[in-house]
Amino acid sequence: MSEASNQTQPGAAGSDIILSARGLTKRFAGFVAVNGVDLDIRRGTIHALIGPNGAGKTTCFNLLTKFLQPSAGTITLNGQDITRQSAADISRLGLVRSFQISAVFPQLTVLENVRIALQRRRGDSFDFWRPQKVLSAFDDEAAARVNEVGLSRHLHEPAGELSYGRKRALEIATTLALEPEMLLLDEPMAGMAQADVGLISALIRKISANRTILMVEHNLSVVADLSDHITVLARGQVLAEGTYAQVSKDERVVEAYIGAGHA
Amino acid sequence: MTTQSETGLVAAPAARPVGTPRHHVIIFFVLLALLLIAPFVLYPVFVMKVLCFALFASALNLLLGFGGLLSFGHAAFFGSASYVAAHAAKVWGLNPEIAILLGVGAAALLGLGIGALAIRRQGIYFAMVTLAFAQMVYFIAVQAPFTGGEDGIQAVPRGRLFGVIDLSSDFTLYFVVLTIVVAALLGIYRIIHSPFGQVLKAIRDNEPRSISLGYKVDRYKLAVFVMSASLAGLAGATKAIVFQLSSLTDVYWSMSGEVVLMTLLGGMGTVFGPLVGAAVIITMENYLAGFGAWVTVIQGVIFVASVMLFREGIIGVIAKWLKKPL
Repeated sequence: MSEASNQTQPGAAGSDIILSARGLTKRFAGFVAVNGVDLDIRRGTIHALIGPNGAGKTTCFNLLTKFLQPSAGTITLNGQDITRQSAADISRLGLVRSFQISAVFPQLTVLENVRIALQRRRGDSFDFWRPQKVLSAFDDEAAARVNEVGLSRHLHEPAGELSYGRKRALEIATTLALEPEMLLLDEPMAGMAQADVGLISALIRKISANRTILMVEHNLSVVADLSDHITVLARGQVLAEGTYAQVSKDERVVEAYIGAGHA
Repeated sequence: MTTQSETGLVAAPAARPVGTPRHHVIIFFVLLALLLIAPFVLYPVFVMKVLCFALFASALNLLLGFGGLLSFGHAAFFGSASYVAAHAAKVWGLNPEIAILLGVGAAALLGLGIGALAIRRQGIYFAMVTLAFAQMVYFIAVQAPFTGGEDGIQAVPRGRLFGVIDLSSDFTLYFVVLTIVVAALLGIYRIIHSPFGQVLKAIRDNEPRSISLGYKVDRYKLAVFVMSASLAGLAGATKAIVFQLSSLTDVYWSMSGEVVLMTLLGGMGTVFGPLVGAAVIITMENYLAGFGAWVTVIQGVIFVASVMLFREGIIGVIAKWLKKPL
């Protein structure tokens, strides 16, 4: 990672919105999963999207990353309307997502996993006639990025053989290789052992240094620890917004989380 | 687990040879040597049949083993190329190399059409769409006048290569077929080990993740589908010239099934597996022909055994033992 911090860039003070959604709606047959959600993510912050099961977090996340097409509403990235762009396109614009289940390429080695991301710099790779030796130009950087997440000893192992926590670390290294402006993390702690939660938390904090992060997360202590701003969803709508201290005192939020049982 | 970066330690990546693994080169030359001796020991037409099917299975393996796409309709490409090549050589009287190229072209076009529609679906639906289209091609082959219906196109002249070399001798033809097949297999090897092949393997391993890294996966899938169809066509067209025959067997669905069987038996996603799978199946068909309909039963038993005992296929299991990709 470059040492030059981007702290001084315009808007880092918090006024600048990187990703924004207006009236975001997704209807499935006979059921509205996300209903008129407005969302503003400030540049350089860690923003968490939380809510009880079935609140529409994952649908919302898939809409923002274009893995689902919204039924209504608009999404803008850096002021550019991306509502009709494809998932591959928005990745090229600097908005990269992670997945709930660890998203590595299991049969590729750890090095190759990261190199696939670096390979994007060549543009499209339709050159089936060239030897893959041309990709070794990326090997040193890939190895360095693997080293950053502490996986150097596993460089030439197939990613599928790594432990769960290491797969997640590899996934983050792969994502960072794209040098995205903004990361969307889908439940980064899902299925993680307690020891690994600390490791990944530290990693997320480290990579948030000069970028924006939006994450969907169930582990509230992680959310409390990491996030600058929280949006609480319930039944497909925004229920509350603010810092952890603010939303955790909000009666409606407590009701949504705990009151669901005796309602 | 400690992050080594915090200690400022940059571990030197373990040395790994770049380029073609040496054991692949050795196996390649051993195979080539065996194939150069083969026609002196075995019946050349039999070895040519094995070669054609080895190419066919390798073409399917490119799609299945490296693109992660299971086609149940590859007979459409194999068969239509075989018809076009046979027609071009017999009715139009073209040189064999031109006839074969026309067959490949037909298969490529068909692959583009079928592929563009099939890649919109995933998994089993993809397989069903390819099967459905292949059945349509079969239906056309039964009905259209130029295919000769039940009779097929018989007595196809082998002609003269480039108008000069007479191919009527099995021996001469053998070395021409060997050249075609070896060149095509080297081509496949290169595709697998190219920047394109690397993206292909990523898509096979995890398609949504490939999209999130910014790859337009549909274009890669269509490209590999057309390549695979063309190579299957090359196998079919060459077979038509070797056997001087193109028939409904070449486009029938059981041909699609047989090539999937060869690939799985040999080991999908391996370089040498499809060659071994094709050799085993063709040898069985030839030498067990005396058992008549029982050949199918024996094949079925072998297939069940291979699924139960060595799911990675013959070469896949050996590669696991040796801990080396084969």
